[in-house]
Amino acid sequence: MAVRPDVLSALQHAHTVAGSPIPHFETLDAGTAGEIEAIAARIIPSTGGAGAREAGVIYFIDRALSTFAADDRETYRTGTAQLQQKRKELFPNSTTISSLTGEQQMTLIRAIETSSFFELLRTHTVLGFLGNPSYGGNRGESGWKQIGFEGQMAYQPPFGYYDEQAEEEKK
Amino acid sequence: MSGVAFSTTDAVDFLVLGAGAAGGVVAKELATAGFRVVVLEQGPYLHEGDYSHDEIKYTFQPGLTNDPKVQPITYRKSDADRARPMKAIEYGRQVGGGSVHFTANYWRFHESDFRERSLCGAVSGADLRDWPIAYADLEPYYTKAEYELGISGLAGANPFEAPRSKPYPLPPITVKSSGVLFDRATKKLGLHPFPAPVAILSEPYQGRAPCVNCGFCESFGCEMGAKSSTLVSVIPLAEKTGRCEIRPECYVRKIELDDAGRATGVIYFDRKRREIFQRAKVVFVCTNGVETPKLLLMSKSNRFPEGLANSSGFVGKYLMWDNGAAAQGLFEHPLNEYKGIQVTRLIHDYYATDPKRGFYGGGGIDARFDYYPAGFALHGLPPEAPKWGSEFKQMFETYFNRTMMLLSHSTSLAQVKNTVSLDPDLKDAWGLPAVRITFDYHPDDVATMKWLLTKQIEILEAAGALKTWSQPFDMVDNMPSRHLMGTCRMGNDPGTSIVNAYSRTHDVPNLFLVDGSNFVTSGRQQPTATIQALAYRAADYAVRAARRGDLS
Repeated sequence: MAVRPDVLSALQHAHTVAGSPIPHFETLDAGTAGEIEAIAARIIPSTGGAGAREAGVIYFIDRALSTFAADDRETYRTGTAQLQQKRKELFPNSTTISSLTGEQQMTLIRAIETSSFFELLRTHTVLGFLGNPSYGGNRGESGWKQIGFEGQMAYQPPFGYYDEQAEEEKK
Repeated sequence: MSGVAFSTTDAVDFLVLGAGAAGGVVAKELATAGFRVVVLEQGPYLHEGDYSHDEIKYTFQPGLTNDPKVQPITYRKSDADRARPMKAIEYGRQVGGGSVHFTANYWRFHESDFRERSLCGAVSGADLRDWPIAYADLEPYYTKAEYELGISGLAGANPFEAPRSKPYPLPPITVKSSGVLFDRATKKLGLHPFPAPVAILSEPYQGRAPCVNCGFCESFGCEMGAKSSTLVSVIPLAEKTGRCEIRPECYVRKIELDDAGRATGVIYFDRKRREIFQRAKVVFVCTNGVETPKLLLMSKSNRFPEGLANSSGFVGKYLMWDNGAAAQGLFEHPLNEYKGIQVTRLIHDYYATDPKRGFYGGGGIDARFDYYPAGFALHGLPPEAPKWGSEFKQMFETYFNRTMMLLSHSTSLAQVKNTVSLDPDLKDAWGLPAVRITFDYHPDDVATMKWLLTKQIEILEAAGALKTWSQPFDMVDNMPSRHLMGTCRMGNDPGTSIVNAYSRTHDVPNLFLVDGSNFVTSGRQQPTATIQALAYRAADYAVRAARRGDLS
């Protein structure tokens, strides 16, 4: 029995269309979402192609906080409050994180990068960038495209440069 | 799902607890031999269509494994410490158990693994012993397992392997770039690489389709049914007999005894958390090296105040860990290691203990890549890599397709102080005691991992790595142990072991335990083949004993 092509293509289709991003927030208010997104966009910036912003990481985080990461809501609440406190200390004339310059945002992150909230936000940003698109992030598989992950249900050899080379040598 | 349904008041011939690597095999053997079998499984009954390539679900959440939110586990380094909640151990929790989500490495033990005490002598601080059986006793059952489940590999390719009566039923799986680089490098160093034996089909087999190289083996259920779990191989055969009922989402809390000291059945919670008593003539416990001792310790009675089958006091002692260390290398060209099964090549050159090294222990080293995209960005980069920003992004983007890993799998010495016990304070969602793990490494196990790591780096360099790095090898704090071994030891002496050479308890004549808990030594990890060979052997013995009336 060989692999049934109909089964494979059905799986592939289900895999590709699984969940489309929801363009509104379920958990966060728009203001908080903008502040968190500003930090996420520094964790995975848009240099050299899509970053957290283009991948819709904030939508992933918003949905995560009402689903599998609901227990983390309190950490986000206290974490963002402390982040705002730190922003006021460092940049007394500022009003929001998102309106800081890029340099200022990085200075702010350096001040909190060892905190457990930052590690959680970093983890969620990466999951939203490279996790399955059905969770609301990795829009259009933009994160996967950045790393060269094809996201297929099946692959044919050769897989990489070295096994292809070995195959060539055998010929 | 099962067609047959037995009454709970009907004393079935055999009650099998746990439908995993061992329980699935035992159920199939008993049912096809003509016995009536009920299998109780803690987890759900899932099938290929229920699985997906969802990294977040299966690697960042419990997915197919035990969930500490409902079944908390506590951990401490020694019994002088207070245990704190931590997912220190992990096991497959569904019909098929760990054979569903494992990486599918399928190593037989070597002949030496069964008699290391005789070969190596005593090791200070450990209780190294010979097994009561030899490799030759298990060989026919290793072969049976390989043929019934469907194992791919190349007989004779590993010069260190023990004699085998038959070749593998299926040829090796397609080599990937990590395997090619590993082949070249190890041969250059005078070592002996060979194709990884794996429980994954390289060709169609027994009505099942082969692997499509999707790359989602470790931690995932196979959507193609190509991974040779008990779920897709032997469990369907058990059900086909019409004599085997698989009952999922049943959580056993106690094995009951009669006045004569024989097991009469078990009390379990069904999916609605109702307490049910299932009668049986014989009970097989196959719930893994942690859940098996836990159930015995919970099954206290006047006859066994310290737990069932625990007259020796050794139930839960000698827990052995999933030891190994990871080294990684960056290469010039793309390897695209996310395609294809995790492991295609390995060596056993450093498997045996060599007294010249100055410590007990050894291990195998395999070439692999077991990261998925997000996991790689979070945990796969060199330790000095930035954690955020454009350089972080640029690194995970360029490293993802150009990195391979060498992972060692090494000895874990049996130490009496390393235990599975019942946490005195913490309870699970059913009100049962949480499992408490007490574990610390033996110095020789650490020395082995460190020594192997130098060899792993040497191989990566010989393969032409542009850069190499290693992960911390003290894995207790980094990763749960998935190989759960040693906690109900096999032996001839009822004073120091729990089960005899056929996995039958010394204390209770109609109670068998067969899973990783039987292990006397750890081998070099990858315990599934040996667990399943033990299961075939125990079932074979039980069938013969039952037929001659020795179990009733």
